[in-house]
Amino acid sequence: MSVRTLAVVSAGLSQPSSTRLLADQLAAATRDELVRHGEQVELRPVELREHAHDIVNHLLTGFPSEPLRQVLDEVTGADGLIAVSPIFNASYNGLFKSFFDLVDADALGGRAVLLGATGGTARHSLALEHALRPMFTYLRAVVAPTAVFAAPEDWSGGAVDGALRARIDRAGRELADLVRRSAPSSGPADPFALTTSFDQLLHGRDA
Amino acid sequence: MQFGVFTVGDVTVDPTNGREPTEAERIKAMVTIALKAEEVGLDVFATGEHHNPPFVPSSPTTMLGWIAARTERLLLSTATTLITTNDPVKIAEDYAMLQHLADGRVDLMMGRGNTGPVYPWFGQDIRNGIPLAIENYDLLRRLWREDVVDWKGKFRTPLQSFTSTPRPLDGVPPFVWHGSIRSPEIAEQAAYYGDGFFANHIFWPAEHTRRMVGLYRQRFEHYGHGSADQAIVGLGGQVFMRRNSQDAVREFRPYFDNAPVYGHGPSLEEFTAQTPLTVGSPQQVIDRTLGFRDYVGDYQRQLFLVDHAGLPLKTVLEQLDLLGEEVVPVLRKEFESLRPAHVPLAPTHASLLAAAGGGGDSTVHAVDDVTGRAPEAAR
Repeated sequence: MSVRTLAVVSAGLSQPSSTRLLADQLAAATRDELVRHGEQVELRPVELREHAHDIVNHLLTGFPSEPLRQVLDEVTGADGLIAVSPIFNASYNGLFKSFFDLVDADALGGRAVLLGATGGTARHSLALEHALRPMFTYLRAVVAPTAVFAAPEDWSGGAVDGALRARIDRAGRELADLVRRSAPSSGPADPFALTTSFDQLLHGRDA
Repeated sequence: MQFGVFTVGDVTVDPTNGREPTEAERIKAMVTIALKAEEVGLDVFATGEHHNPPFVPSSPTTMLGWIAARTERLLLSTATTLITTNDPVKIAEDYAMLQHLADGRVDLMMGRGNTGPVYPWFGQDIRNGIPLAIENYDLLRRLWREDVVDWKGKFRTPLQSFTSTPRPLDGVPPFVWHGSIRSPEIAEQAAYYGDGFFANHIFWPAEHTRRMVGLYRQRFEHYGHGSADQAIVGLGGQVFMRRNSQDAVREFRPYFDNAPVYGHGPSLEEFTAQTPLTVGSPQQVIDRTLGFRDYVGDYQRQLFLVDHAGLPLKTVLEQLDLLGEEVVPVLRKEFESLRPAHVPLAPTHASLLAAAGGGGDSTVHAVDDVTGRAPEAAR
């Protein structure tokens, strides 16, 4: 039996962070569902805040620090990805976007992804659909149909009772299902691998 | 082993006093650096080629020709020659001319250029970067090796019965290096032809260099040019020295913090740990540079970047004094003592000439300069 890996990326800025809380709950729901189907699960939580300086440095210098390289490899090499951002000014926050700007455009192709977001008001909830989902579609990820938004009233229980819990469970089932149906990740791609021959380069054909 | 300097040719404000050199000052500074390189006993001066501000060296052979006339031993090179946007016909002509004027003290390093807007200024498109580098270089090789070329390709007009003049000095084309930071296709190209491979090795982690050089060596052997450890490798490197390493760090920090490439990003300490940048005493530079061999093997050329980010000329010349007096003599001796006998030195005009069994006049004489009949017909 193989071990399925789930990268859990949270772009929350405060500590403790409701974004991290949502990410953890989505991760737990997905893990429970996979375990229920007899899979072993390894969670790889990533707090982008801890790598904020390295992320900016990578944007400027064009290469990652060693700790950030490991994080990028863990995220692009996982079987599934849970990506959660706070919503700032009607979209993902800058830290979230900056991090995913460092991910190679092909690195998440075909990868099972679950999206989540938090915000100060439920009126932000469609940012999941008009900001996060298009970005992962561009990256050719396979995004679970349910994306989970948590507003303050969800945490306080003031909204429809248990509604957030139900959304988290449904989203977890959807991601688990996508992960189970996909082949295990072959790990991060090697950017230095030669994928052509000189004859192909010079003549447009193989010898 | 060859040691030298390579320059980008940037016009950058000195962050310590806000002074920005004029183009004239920067151009004169570059050639002063070249003359100083010969004076202190370095082997190579290589200039960048750029066609947009803040850079001045748009016309490398003009500059190198000037330097050739005022030097005796210095090898003149480029870092890099834009094989994508230059017409290979003009490269063939310009550098063959320089070769004659410099008595063979010329080689070139091919590069693609990574600034998108530059390409259309020369009728090209950056999305064709690799195919341009492949096709143009293959034509350039033929122009230097075949007296009369018939050619057709994708990126320039066809050639019929074309002779590039002057022919290479003694019939021996200049040695060529291919520079690339992280395009395996270019390492493959260098290996295919048995040319040299040069790793930028200044703004990037050593790991990039290790992987690219490793690939080049493996493919060099695959194509039958010799064993992997006989491939011809050059490295960049960036240093700033004072006798006391604390002084070096203090003086260089404002230049680092505001540098065009990495400024306002990682700290000097982070960057020196992550890349081969060395800021410290001459001994620290010696130790770090000797360590390059641990991950690329025995190599043939080491070029240092010492004149960017707004450093004043006086400071740069002091760096060259330290390189020439304290660093390079030790590196020369140490690297040479470590080099196995079967690992070659970098090719020079003399060694290429000897390998070709000697040369001779390679002039192609026209039969009829009125009709322009192919020179081939004269044979």
